[in-house]
Amino acid sequence: MSALDHPAQTTIHGASEGLPPALAQSHTYAHHGGRPVRTEPRAVRIALILVALAFLGLFIGLPLVSVFYEALRRGWAAYVAAIIEPDALAAIRLTLIVAAISVTANLLFGLVASWAIAKFEFPGKSLLITLIDLPFSVSPVVAGLIYVLLFGSQGLFAAYLQAWDIKIIFALPGIVLATIFVTFPFVARELIPLMQEQGTSEEEAAISLGASGLSTFFRVTLPNVKWALLYGVLLCNARAMGEFGAVSVVSGHVRGLTNTMPLHIEILYNEYQFVASFAVASLLALLALVTLIAKTVLEHRLAEEDR
Amino acid sequence: MTIDVVGVTKRFKTFTALDHVNLTIHSGELVALLGPSGSGKTTLLRIIAGLEWPDTGEVRFDGEDALTRSVRERNVGFVFQHYALFRHMNVFENVAFGLRVRRGADKLPEAAIREKVNELLSLVQIDWLAERYPAQLSGGQRQRVALARALAISPRVLLLDEPFGALDAKVRKELRRWLRHLHEELPVTSVLVTHDQEEALELADRVVVMGHGRIEQVGSPAEVYDNPATAFVHDFIGETIALPGEVRGGALYFGSHALGLDPQGVADGPARILARPHDVDLADPGTTPFAGKVLAVRTFGPTRRADVELTSTGGPVVVEAAVPHGQTLEPGTKVGLLPRRYKVFPQPAR
Repeated sequence: MSALDHPAQTTIHGASEGLPPALAQSHTYAHHGGRPVRTEPRAVRIALILVALAFLGLFIGLPLVSVFYEALRRGWAAYVAAIIEPDALAAIRLTLIVAAISVTANLLFGLVASWAIAKFEFPGKSLLITLIDLPFSVSPVVAGLIYVLLFGSQGLFAAYLQAWDIKIIFALPGIVLATIFVTFPFVARELIPLMQEQGTSEEEAAISLGASGLSTFFRVTLPNVKWALLYGVLLCNARAMGEFGAVSVVSGHVRGLTNTMPLHIEILYNEYQFVASFAVASLLALLALVTLIAKTVLEHRLAEEDR
Repeated sequence: MTIDVVGVTKRFKTFTALDHVNLTIHSGELVALLGPSGSGKTTLLRIIAGLEWPDTGEVRFDGEDALTRSVRERNVGFVFQHYALFRHMNVFENVAFGLRVRRGADKLPEAAIREKVNELLSLVQIDWLAERYPAQLSGGQRQRVALARALAISPRVLLLDEPFGALDAKVRKELRRWLRHLHEELPVTSVLVTHDQEEALELADRVVVMGHGRIEQVGSPAEVYDNPATAFVHDFIGETIALPGEVRGGALYFGSHALGLDPQGVADGPARILARPHDVDLADPGTTPFAGKVLAVRTFGPTRRADVELTSTGGPVVVEAAVPHGQTLEPGTKVGLLPRRYKVFPQPAR
């Protein structure tokens, strides 16, 4: 046995020594002598880092700073006034309601879809996976138009909707539908690979130990994906609050009624009310920053779970 | 508890995993289902557990129909191949799981749960690991947790799917002894699936050898080793030297040369003469049924094997023979092979 092991080990050793420099670089220092293994000269490294930082600063940092700068240019009083103005408050309230409904819907949908995809075999599974990705590849404007075509006054269900006096387009339901469409991949996309990797044996173990289906879900399945689920919800929420294109098509831009925050910002901007516009925009920017921090924390937790 | 498996067939699309399998497992015994991968052994175990349902056939626990009951109601302890420990629970909670999910009259008070779990943890000798998480345990420790968790529900039958498959050789041997010892202390009917013959022969009261979805032989470890019922069992368990032959008119021939060996009632046609390496002697080529030229001699550890080329009218056939200790054999020399104990099986039609 040991005689057989030996040559195999030698080859493994030989292979690691023959690693291309790019791979070997992940170990910063060689085992002998303590000299750096990386091959790029110092100047190249510094140049690369500077290019990356300059790019980030120019395209992300600078705009972010200018949002807050513009918002606070006339001082705190103007900033607060722009936010507590009734139309702005209505937009904030609408955005929160839309996000609450669509995130909840996509949380449930994401759980159900990824559960089905990861734990069962059924015909049409690959089609379902493709369809989940659809909103990523369809322009949000097209998504909005689809709902206008379906539920609008000239739409497919127009007669039925009129008869029952149900208003979808240019009202809350339309905005929610469009937002759900645009954001539904986020939770499912996070959960599917994780659930597929975890397989079904823990659930089988739970059931064989006498747990019911529901108790298996809440005691085993859900705790196993909780960080990924939160991560998905976070991304989903950020997108739901920030969505512009699809919502713009179905909203009708009725001030104080069907304007979400992004729409409200656009209207203010078009009316040259820059301070007010940037003040509301700064709220969305803050949301982005909070999301970023929470995302970093969650990523850390996810990596820990993976250990 | 006695388990009866009657005429069980299971197909996955076009693949027949189990083909009319009949098996009785007696109360308190430890049975090993042994076979190569794809032989249906894991499927049979999962059907007994209730994780899989047969297409036809019956499974009875103590004479009662088990197929009408789900895995949840069968009260089986299942130890999964990769342990399937709950990764977000510590060792204590893993073992306590089966007790905590009980509802109604069966529900135990917290103190009773603690007592039972601690008792089990010391039974499997890992009480000092109670606060650890599965990711912080070695393979052998995880295996013990999995076993304690399965035993916590006081199962009527313990089912183990390749329990030592993912462990290294030394730990595997240790745990095997320990499991056998545990079974003697706690004689719950146990079924173990393995592809490792050493494991099956050492652990089990009875070995069920499976191949291609069928049971090839059921017997004690000594029986399946010494008296294999089929060529498959002979090949699969222990080492086998396969010598070619043909039965013609009630006698064994190799080409045109009469071997002078007993055909053991095998009907006319091509046959295989199977023997254990230590049951084939090397002797003077003039006096033995088989003779050939030594091509190469290989040594691994205490055993040495020689490739011997037998020539016949049908072209050369290379067989492997054991070289006894103290005997030297040079490549190129002629040598005779004399099977002392052997079994003759008809050559399966291809």
